[in-house]
Amino acid sequence: MQWILISCTLLGLSSGIIGCFSYLRKQSLMGDTLAHAALPGICIAFMLTGTKSILYFLIGAGLAGIAATFGIGWITRHSRIKHDAAMGIVLSSFFGLGIVLLTLVQHGGYGNQAGLDKFLFGQAASMIGSDVLILSIVSLILVTVCYFLFKQFKLVSFDPGFAKGIGYPVAFFEQLLMFLMVVAVVVGIQAVGVILVASLIITPAVSARYWTDRLGVMVVVSGIFGAISGAAGAIASSTAASLPTGPLTVLAATALFGLSLLFGSKRGIIMRRLVQQRMKRTLGFGFEEQAATASVDDRLNKEASL
Amino acid sequence: MSKVKVQSAASVMEREGAAPPLTVSGLSAAYQKKPVLRGVSFTVTEGELVGVIGPNGAGKSTMMKAALGLIPRLSGDVLVYGKPYKQQRKLVGYVPQRESVDWDFPTNALDVVMMGRYGHLGLLGRPGAKERAIALECLAKVGMADFASRQISQLSGGQQQRVFLARALAQDASLYFMDEPFAGVDAATEKAIITLLQELKQQGKTVIVVHHDLATVEEYFDSVLLLNVELVAYGKTKDVFTQELLQHTYGGRLAFLDRNSLAKTDIAEG
Repeated sequence: MQWILISCTLLGLSSGIIGCFSYLRKQSLMGDTLAHAALPGICIAFMLTGTKSILYFLIGAGLAGIAATFGIGWITRHSRIKHDAAMGIVLSSFFGLGIVLLTLVQHGGYGNQAGLDKFLFGQAASMIGSDVLILSIVSLILVTVCYFLFKQFKLVSFDPGFAKGIGYPVAFFEQLLMFLMVVAVVVGIQAVGVILVASLIITPAVSARYWTDRLGVMVVVSGIFGAISGAAGAIASSTAASLPTGPLTVLAATALFGLSLLFGSKRGIIMRRLVQQRMKRTLGFGFEEQAATASVDDRLNKEASL
Repeated sequence: MSKVKVQSAASVMEREGAAPPLTVSGLSAAYQKKPVLRGVSFTVTEGELVGVIGPNGAGKSTMMKAALGLIPRLSGDVLVYGKPYKQQRKLVGYVPQRESVDWDFPTNALDVVMMGRYGHLGLLGRPGAKERAIALECLAKVGMADFASRQISQLSGGQQQRVFLARALAQDASLYFMDEPFAGVDAATEKAIITLLQELKQQGKTVIVVHHDLATVEEYFDSVLLLNVELVAYGKTKDVFTQELLQHTYGGRLAFLDRNSLAKTDIAEG
């Protein structure tokens, strides 16, 4: 149990970190699309190999993701459909296919198909030793890469034109960021499920934005929020036996978002109200008096002219 | 070969037969099968402020981006101080258009200026105290020292432009490309920018500026490049910035053009 908790926490940490860059590059929804598109890949991998090896699932999910990316590109290039609608079309059609395949697998007498539907909402409790190990190692690699390439990722996300000008291989870094997001999504599917894994990429990053105006701090806060969400999901799903991990992780992340929205020290609603009130007291006092006087004069003039 | 004359004794660039800061030959670029730049060739003299002038869609920004390798080019060579541009990146600074960036990004003015030092840091290097000091100095040069820790979304257009300029200064380049640095800035910022450009000129540096305001060309620039997909003319302002050549560049779409009234007349661009 300890190891499942640790690996889910690490997953949340790495998703929160990479999610910051996806969010700032406005690619968060791509993570969701890739997660949903992975389902048919996983099913086909199972149907072809007959095993529940995480490696084959990752390959299947990765290939499905590549197919989805091509599909989106094809639609946007050969029709007037814009990127967001293209993503919606690909996401839903791939996912629909995945559900059909899943149903076929369940009734197909493959032998060990039990548990494949856990990939929809995730079941951390059903992870075996090797899954846990892979999840932990991959998450740590993600965090390490982001640490060492932080300034490159920062510049490429902020001003790719300038980055190219000083000689950065911008296309490489952009692909790398996308690749890291895909890895976080695919590896997280077994713990959190296809449907909701994107929330670990999106919500902690968005929440962190309310607490700071500095990218370095945002990445750390987002990682912490992601780690808490992952841990909460793992703990909750181990206590009540059949509770899936995904929804509980999402609820934890959303609760943190709600708190950030209200109490965030830089952009939270309450903080903004306090700042506004303080400014009103120091600056707006005179204006409000003038405004009150003006309306009284208007009224007097109106009455006089009648 | 003659010695290259420079503006000030403080410059270190007096040498025999030195290569010009920029030589462009046969530069062409297209955007979705439509040619936006055709066979542009010119050589820039050291220590000058050069204005790139032309109507909308003339390819001014495109030329700059194609020269810097930011967009693919169909043909052409770009030599910086005699060597291919790719080997000379450290000598070139770039100030892009303000719209090219999302100003809601979580970073402050000092941070942005420090990015100008990234080219000198290497793969794993992290900006430290030295980079911070340089960045603060550059912010002070553009009059933004007090705004170092200000979140960039809270800066006005003119202040954002000055932060971009400070970043370019931090690059410590010899040749600068600036894409519409005067667009949409207030009078005070405009004055600050042109003062800075003249300081750069004093140091023997060369600055190429995409400019849109015809009224200020004669005042600001030593040489002018008239561009409308093709090169119309390149040379000293007094020789090239003439009514005839301007009519040619703007395709006769100028409502009224007279040397004396340029400052007062609206220029109609098709």
